[in-house]
Amino acid sequence: MRNLQAGLKSPADLELMRKRLKEARGRRENYLAVCGDTGCTVWGSNTIKDSLQDCLKRKGFLEKVDIKFTGCLGLCESGPVIIVFPQEIFYQKVKEADIEEIIDKTVLKGEVVERLLYEDPTSGQKYIYASDIPFYKNQVRVLLGNNWINDPNSIEDYIAIDGYKALGRALTEMSPAEVVEEIKISHLRGRGGAGFPTGRKWEECYKASSDHKYIICNADEGDPGAFMDRSLLEGNPHAVLEGLIIGGYAVGASEGIIYIRAEYPTAVDKLSLAINNAEKLGLLGENIMGSGFNFYVSISIGAGAFVCGETSALVSSIEGKVGEPRQKPPHLVERGLWNKPTVVNNVETLANVPYIILNGAGEFCRTGTKESRGTKIFSLVGKVNNTGLVEVPLGITLREIIFEIGGGIKDGGKFKAVQTGGPSGGCLPEMFLDSPVDFEELKAAGSMMGSGGMIVMDEETCMIDVARYFLRFLKDESCGKCFSCREGISRMLEIADSIARGTGSLEELELLKELGSAVKDSSMCGLGQSSANPVLSTIRYFEDEYKDHILENKCPAGVCRELISFDIDSVFCNTCGACIKNCPASAVCEDKEGQPVIIQEACSKCGTCLETCKHGAVLKR
Amino acid sequence: MINMILNGLEISVEKGTTLLETANFYGIEIPTLCHDEGLSSYGACRLCLVEVGPPGRSWLVSSCTYPAREGLVVRTHTRRIARARRMLIELYLATCPSSKTIQDLACQFQVTAVRFRQRHDDCILCGLCVRMCDEQMQAKAIGLVDRGADRRVATPFDKKSEQCRLCGGCQYICPACQARCQGPQEENPICNACLNLAPPCLEEYEDAMCYMDPCVACELKGNN
Repeated sequence: MRNLQAGLKSPADLELMRKRLKEARGRRENYLAVCGDTGCTVWGSNTIKDSLQDCLKRKGFLEKVDIKFTGCLGLCESGPVIIVFPQEIFYQKVKEADIEEIIDKTVLKGEVVERLLYEDPTSGQKYIYASDIPFYKNQVRVLLGNNWINDPNSIEDYIAIDGYKALGRALTEMSPAEVVEEIKISHLRGRGGAGFPTGRKWEECYKASSDHKYIICNADEGDPGAFMDRSLLEGNPHAVLEGLIIGGYAVGASEGIIYIRAEYPTAVDKLSLAINNAEKLGLLGENIMGSGFNFYVSISIGAGAFVCGETSALVSSIEGKVGEPRQKPPHLVERGLWNKPTVVNNVETLANVPYIILNGAGEFCRTGTKESRGTKIFSLVGKVNNTGLVEVPLGITLREIIFEIGGGIKDGGKFKAVQTGGPSGGCLPEMFLDSPVDFEELKAAGSMMGSGGMIVMDEETCMIDVARYFLRFLKDESCGKCFSCREGISRMLEIADSIARGTGSLEELELLKELGSAVKDSSMCGLGQSSANPVLSTIRYFEDEYKDHILENKCPAGVCRELISFDIDSVFCNTCGACIKNCPASAVCEDKEGQPVIIQEACSKCGTCLETCKHGAVLKR
Repeated sequence: MINMILNGLEISVEKGTTLLETANFYGIEIPTLCHDEGLSSYGACRLCLVEVGPPGRSWLVSSCTYPAREGLVVRTHTRRIARARRMLIELYLATCPSSKTIQDLACQFQVTAVRFRQRHDDCILCGLCVRMCDEQMQAKAIGLVDRGADRRVATPFDKKSEQCRLCGGCQYICPACQARCQGPQEENPICNACLNLAPPCLEEYEDAMCYMDPCVACELKGNN
C-alpha cells in the first residue's frame, strides 16, 4: 500500500487508508477470533490457533477465512475461547480434536457444534451467540469490545475500526485547550485507584510553563488478582498509545513514557511493536500527520516493586533512583520527571481518551453515575462461576456484577464478602451488594475502587486470613522509608497472626484498630495510608469472626490451621486406607480394630485426608 | 512572602520554607527523629506530623517535607496528631527501647506502656547517617538497602567500604546510638527515669512559665 511506506501526511491520508482497509475487510467477513490472552494461552490456545490454520490450509480456505489471535475475550474461566464471526457463535473449552468439526460445520455451513456451547452454571441453559450469554449481555464493553475484532499486533486492524481517528481530529480540529476542556466535560476520572479528575490533572500541566513536559502511562499494575491493564495493553495496545499521544498534545508534552512492570513481557512486546508500527506510519515522531506536533514514546520497564505504581516512586524509578515515594507537594505538575512538569495517567484512563474525543464527552457521560462517568473494567476473580474480565457501567450494583455477570458463587456456595481495590481496598459484606459501584460509594463503605480487582469470597473464606494475606503482601511491598508504614504493617500482621493462632485478646483487637487508624493517618504515600484498609474493613464488618477466634478459639470458616482439627468418623469410614496412604505427615494410623485415627500432635492440618476420603468420613472442626 | 494560618495565627514566611521551619520560627516545638538542620528533609520518622487543610477536610503530613503554601491552614497540636504521634512513639519503644532520645520522647509525650511484643533493634532507619555520610561528609559510603521489613543501612554489597574514612559522622548523628542510655531491662520496655525532664509548669508554679500557645505539654495533657 502506498501510504504504508511513505507515512501518513495528513488525516485525509489516514481516512483513505482506513477506507481501503475497510473495503479489504468487507471481502473477508468470515473470521475466527481465538483468544490469545494469558488465561487461554495456558489452556492451550496457541496450539488451537496453529491447528486451525493447518486445517484451513488443508481444506484450501486459508484465503477466505481469517484467524485473529486476539487479546482477552473476557471469559477466562472457559478457555480456550473461540468466537466465529460474522455470526458471533461462542465456543468454549475448545480442544484440538474439535477443530475439524468447527471448520466443517460452523465456518463452512453455519451450523452449531452443540457440545462446545457455553452452558449457564446456574440455569443450565445453553447459549449460541456471544451477545446472548449473561456474562456479556450485562456488560458495556466500550474498551474491551474491540478485543473481539482486533489483532493486537496489527495497526491496520486498529485503523480499520476507526483507530487514530480521534488523534487526527484532535490534531487538526482542536486546540490543546479544547482537548483538555472536552476531557473535563466528560468527567473522566483516573482509573488507577484514587479517581482524580483527568481533565483537571491535564489542565494543571497544560497551564504549567516549561520548555519540556512529560506524560507517563502508568502500567505498573500490581494488585493481587488484577489484570485489567495487562489485558488492555495486550489486547489493544494502540488504543492506549493513541490516548497517550492525545494526552501529550493536550498538556504540551513532547515525550511520553510507558512505565510497565517487567512481569508483563508479552505486553512489552506488543507495545514495542505498536510503537514501531505507529512510527512507521507517521502517527508518532516528528510532525505527526502534518500537524507540526512532535511526540515520541519510549518504554521504561520496572523492576518488580509494587510501590512504584505510586506516581512519585514511579518517577524516581524512571530516573534510575530507588523507587521510593516522596511527600507531595510539590506535585508532579510542579516538579516531576527530571524536575519538569509531568502527568501520570493509568492505562485504562488513557484508553478511554480516544473514545471521548471521537464520540464526544456527552456520549461518554451517558453511562455511569453523576460523579463517576463511563465504564470500568474489573477483573472478577475468586469464588465466582465466571471469572474473567468484565467491563461495566459505573453505578452498577455489586449484585449485578457478581450474580448476573459472574453467574453466582461457585459450587453453590453462599456469598460472604467481596474485596475491591486490591491490597489497599477493603472487604464488603452482603449488605453492600445492592449499593452502586462508584468511587464515592466504595470509599464511604471503607473500601475503594482501586484499579479494579474484585475478589469474591464465600463462606469458606476466613476474613482474618484475608486480612493477613494482604498485610503479608504489603509488608513485603512497602518501600520501608517511613516508619509508620514499615513498622505499622509488621505490627498489624503480628497481632493478626496472634489472633489467627487463637492467642489473641480483646485488648489486642482494640490495639489493632487503634494502630490501623494511626498508620492510615500518619503514613506518607497512598500505600501506607491505605494499608490498614484490609484490617479495618474486616474488623468493621466481621468483628464477630475476630471475636470467635479470640474468645472461643474457633475459626468459623475452618481456615486458620491452629484452630481446626480433623477427625475420622468411624460410622462412615470403610477403612479403605486412602487417608493413611496419602497423609504427608504420617499422622493417620490404624488402631487395634483396624480403624484409622488421626494423631492430633502429628497432624499438619493440610486437609489431604479430607480431600482423599470418598466416603465423607473425615470431619473438619 | 507566603501568607498562611498557623494555629489560628495569620503569619507570613519566606518562599521555600518548610512547615517545620515555620513552626520553629514562631516558637512552636515539633518533635523529630529524622530531621537535622544541616541535612536534607527526609520525612521518614513521621513524628513531625502537622494537620493541614480546613477542619473536617484536613489530613496529616510530615512538616519537615511540606513546603509553606499560600493560604494553607496548619495546626500543629491537635488530638489527631497527638494520637498518631503517641502510637508512633509506642512503636518506636517497642522496636528500639535503648535509645535515650526515644525514651525522652516517651516521657515528653507521656507514653507509659508498650502493648506490642518487645523487640530490641538497634536501628530505626531514620536515614540520618546515610544523609550525613552523603551530604556533609561527601563520602556516600553507606546507603539504605532492600525494602519493607528487610530494609537496613549497609555499605554496597556488604563489603568493607573504601569510601569510608571512619569519620564517625554516622555515629554522631544517630538518635539510636548517640545518646544511649542504660535503658530498661530486657523484659521492661520503659524506664521512665527521665520523667522529670518535661514537667507541665502549672503543676509546679502559680503562673504559667511559658507563654507559648498552645503549650505542648499542656495541650497533650488536655487531650488525654
